[in-house]
Amino acid sequence: MNPDPGDAAREFRAEVRDWLAAHVPAAPLPSVDTAEGFARHREWERELAAARLAVVSWPAEYGGRDASLLEWLVFEDEYHAAAAPVRVGQNGLFLLAPTLFAHGTDEQRGHLLPRMARADDVWAQAWSEPEAGSDLAAIRATAVRTEGGWLLSGQKTWSSRAAFADRAFGLFRSDPGAERHRGLSYLLFDLNAAGVTVRPIRQLGGETGFAEIFLDGVFVPDADVVGAPGDGWRIAMSTASHERGLSLRSPGRFCAAAARLVELWQRAGDPADTAMRDRVADAWIGARAYRLHTFATAARLAAGGSLDAESSLGKVFWSELDVALHETAMDLLGPQAEVRGQPAPDGRWLDGYLFSLAGPIYAGTNEIQRNVIAERLLGLPR
Amino acid sequence: MRLAQSAEQEQFAAALHDMLTAADVPGAARRWAAGDRSPGLAIWRGLAGLGVTALAVPEKRGGLGASPVDLVVACEDLGHHALPGPVAESVAAVPGLLTVLIDQELDDQAPDDQAPDDQRPGDQRLGGERPGNEDLCARWLSGLAAGDLIAALALPPRLPYAADADAAGLVLLVEGDVAALAVAGARHQSLDPTRSLFEARGDQVLARGPAVADAATRALNLGTLASAAQLLGAGRALLEASVRHAGQRVQFGQPVGAFQAVKHHLADVAIGLEFARPLLDAAAVAVAAGSTTVPRDVSAAKVACADAAHRAARVALQVHGAIGYTQEHDLSLWLTKVRALIPAWGSQAEHRAVVMAALTGDGEAPCP
Repeated sequence: MNPDPGDAAREFRAEVRDWLAAHVPAAPLPSVDTAEGFARHREWERELAAARLAVVSWPAEYGGRDASLLEWLVFEDEYHAAAAPVRVGQNGLFLLAPTLFAHGTDEQRGHLLPRMARADDVWAQAWSEPEAGSDLAAIRATAVRTEGGWLLSGQKTWSSRAAFADRAFGLFRSDPGAERHRGLSYLLFDLNAAGVTVRPIRQLGGETGFAEIFLDGVFVPDADVVGAPGDGWRIAMSTASHERGLSLRSPGRFCAAAARLVELWQRAGDPADTAMRDRVADAWIGARAYRLHTFATAARLAAGGSLDAESSLGKVFWSELDVALHETAMDLLGPQAEVRGQPAPDGRWLDGYLFSLAGPIYAGTNEIQRNVIAERLLGLPR
Repeated sequence: MRLAQSAEQEQFAAALHDMLTAADVPGAARRWAAGDRSPGLAIWRGLAGLGVTALAVPEKRGGLGASPVDLVVACEDLGHHALPGPVAESVAAVPGLLTVLIDQELDDQAPDDQAPDDQRPGDQRLGGERPGNEDLCARWLSGLAAGDLIAALALPPRLPYAADADAAGLVLLVEGDVAALAVAGARHQSLDPTRSLFEARGDQVLARGPAVADAATRALNLGTLASAAQLLGAGRALLEASVRHAGQRVQFGQPVGAFQAVKHHLADVAIGLEFARPLLDAAAVAVAAGSTTVPRDVSAAKVACADAAHRAARVALQVHGAIGYTQEHDLSLWLTKVRALIPAWGSQAEHRAVVMAALTGDGEAPCP
């Protein structure tokens, strides 16, 4: 069955589908991780925003439509089915915005969210450091108190989108005497502020999808502290499940890819290759499982439930599904799989494959997620 | 996740779980394996008391006419407790088969004079009368609902043997377009010590023709759904047993569950079970709605539940270590049942083929 959110959602689905059919560029945009592609994706975000489709689940006052979680999932279904461009503003939209809704001030929301919705500000995340990856609480970058604000120093790395983004959000040690999870603050800073150096890093696919950020006495006004100083860990973690769970990877992505995989199998598969057929079947079944699970989770959240350690189950599941799905496509494409720059639809698989490989690593490695599942859901000893 | 679990379903599941927990199912399973059916049959009567055996029987035949969603809730718990006996057959498939047959044209003949022989277990309940086949089916349905009757079924090629026919008062054989009352022939012992496999020989034709194909499809869908639910329940029990063991068993000065290698195995089991459940629930909803996607959805559920249970079984054995490899430990009851149920009601390859056939039919590949 396909979970059916009702008449209003059907109308909404039709509107989204029609709009996307009329507006999604016929040829894929240049990669978001190039200067030209980044600019083109920013223009696309502005087009979405003008149609009030950039942030449908946000309140109308910030550019949204007050859509329910289920309607948001409907939007995502259609967005991915239409093969619409990658969301360049993803870090801000899905990580920072939920944090601002939960912990920001009215002034922060009123100033930051509309700019984010229109992609006037594209945000990068600045969590990891050279010595703080999976062990995020080992953060060393500091925020030192100064007149009217804070001075940031230190090094952040693996900052997605930082090569071309405008601003960044991250955790900094504001209490030098505190250790681990204590004494951290959640701060926002400009990537072109004095004292910031961004060094783009080429990823496996050759593009600069993330960067190192060096900070040397970068001034941040008090207005750009989210929540109370020293409370950063709790604030960051309270919305971390958004990143692992349904808001980062809606089922739309995997459903669209699974449908394309079945088409590829019909076009390129050897009917006698039952092992390959089984992999295609498993990919489709996995995408369906994730979709059904996500819709049920959304219904549970709408009824007042919460999403905590359970999001770790989904994060491992979707990231491994994504790799398996794309590996299957690569094997079906055979000698064509390695050829870069092919036109759509087959050309999408290689980019998607490279992207999928990062899934088990970011947003908390799958090993960390398995620890969370074992300790917090199953109750195994720490 | 539950797509549609209501408060009533939760209460029902809790009552069933309490009854089975109090009933010492592992003890009954061991007696069952040794040939003593009495404690196991007592538990089956308890199931009837809770309405489990009446779920798939229509109201006008003395049953509850419940939704397949309820059936899945019940069968998951029967799997969770590794109940011995022909669960998917008696609780799901045979009621489905008879319900379709009775509404179609039956051979309205009295049974042949030379049959049945005295050994046939169904006879007791038929009281030596010679009613028509419609009457027979109606009586069997009400007997199943009341818990007076347990049914076994052979439906080759998916279901070549009538499992636990010796514990059943009714044995049916569906072969091609013929549905027949059957007698149990040669017995084979299953890997699952509580499961006996019998070759079934047709004895009296109940129906033949296209109606039988519809009935067989209904029986296979419900039986496959029920077995998928049993597998999910068994997988859940294996995970629970493994977590308990890993929390208690101390090596190198700490519980083995504190080691990351063990944690990660168990986390993977939890993930597999978590994401099999929505497929099972959605398949039950599809069957309830008579959707055109039933074959695809039931097969997808069976594939995912069987894979999840298989992983749960392998990890459970590994986490328990040598004690898990003994017949003495109750874990063996779940390990062997899972391995037996995985290929029952269609192999994984067959079910994947069903999914792909549905996806590669006419038109665009449907979004999952």
